[in-house]
Amino acid sequence: MSGNPYLFAAYAVTWIIHIAYLGTIVKRYARLQREIEELKKAGGRS
Amino acid sequence: MKRAFPILGVLTAILLSYALYEALVGAPTEQTMGEVQRIFYYHVPSAWTAFSLFFINFIASTQYLARSSPSKDRFASYAAVGVGLVVFAAAFFIPLPAGMRPSAVATTGLLITGLYFLIRSLFSQPDTDVLALVSAEVGVVFCAIVLVTGPIWARPVWGIWWAPGDIRLTSTLVLWLIYVSYLVLRRFSSSGQTPTLAAALAVLGALCVPFVYFSIWFFRTQHPQPVMGGGGSIDPRMLHVLLINWLAFSCFAFLVCWSRYRLENLQRDVDQAHALESLLDPGGSVR
Repeated sequence: MSGNPYLFAAYAVTWIIHIAYLGTIVKRYARLQREIEELKKAGGRS
Repeated sequence: MKRAFPILGVLTAILLSYALYEALVGAPTEQTMGEVQRIFYYHVPSAWTAFSLFFINFIASTQYLARSSPSKDRFASYAAVGVGLVVFAAAFFIPLPAGMRPSAVATTGLLITGLYFLIRSLFSQPDTDVLALVSAEVGVVFCAIVLVTGPIWARPVWGIWWAPGDIRLTSTLVLWLIYVSYLVLRRFSSSGQTPTLAAALAVLGALCVPFVYFSIWFFRTQHPQPVMGGGGSIDPRMLHVLLINWLAFSCFAFLVCWSRYRLENLQRDVDQAHALESLLDPGGSVR
C-alpha cells in the first residue's frame, strides 16, 4: 500500500493531461466559431 | 455521422470507466511491487497508443510526399507491399532475438501494408497532411503521459525517478522531442512548403519508433521486458485488464483524433475564407 500516493499521482496526471488537451481543442473550436460569425457578418455587409 | 460521434463518446466513457475500475479494483495486486504496479495499466496502453499514432503519422506523411506524382505513388505502393512481405518473411526465416515472437513480427508486416492501403483508400493527398498533423499531436499527448507516469512508477520501484543513460528511457524522450519539433515547425512556419518539410521530418522521425520499441531486446536496460510479443510473462487476469485499458484508450484516441481532424479542416476553411476576403476587400492589403 506504500505505493498508493504514486498510483494516485500517475492516474491523476494522466487525466489532467488529457483534460488540458481537450480544453485546448474546445478553446480553438470556440475561437473558430467566433471567426466564422465575423466572416458571416463581413459577408453580409458587402 | 453526426449521431455516431456522441454515441461513440458515451460508449468510450463507459469503457474508460470500466477499464479504470478493472485497473484499480479488478486486477490482482502484484506481489513484489504492490499497488504501484497498477500504474502499468495506464503507462503501457498509453505507450502503445502513442506508437500507433506515430505509425499512422509516418504512413500519412509518406503518402503526402509520394502522392505528389503518379510515379512516386506507384513506387511507394510497391515499397509498402515489399516492406510488409520482407517483415512477414523475416519473422519465419531470420533468427529473431530471444523472446521475440515470430507471430508478432509477422503481424507487424501485414499491418504495415494493410494500414498503408487503408489510409490510401480513405484519404486524399491533402487530407493525409491533416491526418499526419492530428496523429502527431495526439501521439505527443499520449507519449507525454508515458514520460510522466514512467518516472512516477520508477521512484518507488527503482528508488530513482529517471535512470540516466538508459536506452529505452532516453530514446522515448528523444522520440517525444522529435514530434514536438514537428508540431513546432507546423505551428510557426508559414511557408507553403511547410507540409512537405514536416512530412520529411515525420518520415525520418518515425525511424526512431522501432528503435525505441526494440531497444530492450538489443541493449542492456533497466526497463522491464515487454509483456506481449516478447520475453516477459504476465498473469492472464492482468493481461485482460491491460487489453481492456488499451481498447479504452484506443477508442478515446480515435475520438480525440476525429474531433481534432474536423477542427483542422474547419480551420483551413476559415483561413481560405480570410484569404478570399482580403483579396476581395478593396481596403485590404492584398489587391
